[in-house]
Amino acid sequence: MALIELHDIYKVYDMGAEKVHALNGVELTVERGEYLAIMGSSGSGKSTLMNLIGCLDTPSSGSYVLNGTAVQELDDTQLAGIRNKEIGFVFQTFNLLARTDALHNVELPLIYAGLSRQERRERARRALEKVGLGSRMTHQPNELSGGQRQRVAIARALVNDPSILLADEPTGNLDSTTSEEIMQLFDELHRAGNTVVLVTHEPDIAEHAWRKVTLRDGKVTSDQATARATGSDRPAAAAPVS
Amino acid sequence: MVFLENFRIALAALRANLMRSILTTLGIIIGVAAVVAVVSIVQGLQYTITQQLQGVGATFIAVSPKQDRGNFPGVAARQVKLTSDDAQAISEKVPGVKMMSPFILGRATVKFKDRKHNPFMIIGATENYQDVTNQTVDRGRFFSQVDLENHRKVTVIGPKIADELNLGPNPLGKEIYIDVYPATVIGVMEKKGQNLGMDFDDIVYVPFDSAVSLFGRNTADQIQIRLLATGPERVEQVKDGVGRLLRQRHKIPASEPDDFEVQTQDEILKTVNKVLGSVTAVVGGVVGIALLVGGIGIMNIMLVSVTERTREIGVRKAVGARRQDVLVQFLIEAITLSLIGGGIGLALGYGLGALVAKLIPGFPPAHVPIWAVGLAIGFSAGVGIFFGIYPAAKASRLDPIEALRYE
Repeated sequence: MALIELHDIYKVYDMGAEKVHALNGVELTVERGEYLAIMGSSGSGKSTLMNLIGCLDTPSSGSYVLNGTAVQELDDTQLAGIRNKEIGFVFQTFNLLARTDALHNVELPLIYAGLSRQERRERARRALEKVGLGSRMTHQPNELSGGQRQRVAIARALVNDPSILLADEPTGNLDSTTSEEIMQLFDELHRAGNTVVLVTHEPDIAEHAWRKVTLRDGKVTSDQATARATGSDRPAAAAPVS
Repeated sequence: MVFLENFRIALAALRANLMRSILTTLGIIIGVAAVVAVVSIVQGLQYTITQQLQGVGATFIAVSPKQDRGNFPGVAARQVKLTSDDAQAISEKVPGVKMMSPFILGRATVKFKDRKHNPFMIIGATENYQDVTNQTVDRGRFFSQVDLENHRKVTVIGPKIADELNLGPNPLGKEIYIDVYPATVIGVMEKKGQNLGMDFDDIVYVPFDSAVSLFGRNTADQIQIRLLATGPERVEQVKDGVGRLLRQRHKIPASEPDDFEVQTQDEILKTVNKVLGSVTAVVGGVVGIALLVGGIGIMNIMLVSVTERTREIGVRKAVGARRQDVLVQFLIEAITLSLIGGGIGLALGYGLGALVAKLIPGFPPAHVPIWAVGLAIGFSAGVGIFFGIYPAAKASRLDPIEALRYE
């Protein structure tokens, strides 16, 4: 069974007089271990799709099965639980808690998972080491560079072992060198077996992924393998499951 | 677990905006401090007065001339009298009187060698006074009937007088001057302390007749009388008897009110408690308003805080915070804010009460009863919940997508 199964997804916003169809019958299946980029210009519906995949929102109609759970039937509280367990968000603007050190920021999802203080501390430390910030644990976001902040955010996304790493324009606020470093981190995480879904409008960022899905007017217009997918560094763990 | 964590988060958020937190909670601090200060003072008073009145016993009755002559329009010229003869008549004609003590009050300077002192009061009393008012002589003895009959020039002094006049370790037998009249010290009273601005240790006792010659004849026309009934069950009977006898002796027509007052221990207690109770009630009302204002302040700041932290709420929701987690977080923040205010207010109020009690000479020490502590804490927590629930609910209902987009 696929990790993400989106079938005939519609999302309609009622803007008073007119109805806006943000998603218009999206079909999408993502297997475990895939490295996927969702592309599209603004207004294409890619943010709406990302919110749906991330369980921040529910579709107006259609079915979404995430890791065997029919998400469209869940209430608010259950959705929060799914976000906590299955999804690791990485945002363009990092969205770290101010005046809170890296360790505590990374701990955040584990608080809502109900883990003990000691276990939270331990897992947050490991996640930070994984993203190369072992020496910056007690630094607050304003004491870190943009790239370091995004690494903290990635550590936070990873800490509860989610099914999907969901990144929304993760390099949008970074310079090109730092962007490259962050993308290499995603590549590494993918090689380690994580399922990564990138949302971006930058083609060269999308090229890091193995599969590229393009959205336009709320519909998937193309779905193809990238150049990387045929390259030599394809890991065995991410072999296509069909 | 999550609850405890929420408490930590709330504390951290309050610490992050320390100045704002303090200012926000100021309303609560002032409100609670005010109520605790007043309650501590009033309770201190009540406690001491009750103790003292209970000390004199349930059979105690006070008879005094009515002070406020303004209540008798047109008869202002009539001299309100309560005389030794009245006292004598009471003890002879009213059944149920076990003991009777007439006395008069006045002021005069006392002297010993080159030391001078103005005692709080001079009491001219009879030999019964000590027993009727339930007082104890520490050293020496009180007057006897023999002292009174033989017009002996003797005095019994409060412990403070002995100090003020520097009478040395053994004041007994020393001759002091009360105004210009010499008197030999035959007793020193036990230390009693101060209450309601009265210093019970700063009193000089002289025989009734000596006081009359000291203060002049007409003072004998306005004496105080203290009685003990033979038992608590006879107190009302004695009170009625005294009332009837005095109206008859003073020839008061049925249409006129009494020109004297008869108060039992129970009535005095009730009067005191009534006065202090209404003081507490009035202050309680004012404090209620202060707490209301304080609560609105907290609600206001919590609303600002929710708006300011919209993004934080979005992030928390994105990583798995449920509505109730966010609700509890902000509610705890509001409650913590008001509880800290309540705690500081409690300490401040007690300090204030103690300070006031200390600064006013003769005031009893402040006394904070447990119920007042409970009330202050409970009330501030209540304010926190009441005024915190709306901002917290607002935060919990935020849409995570909107919240994450919020600039």
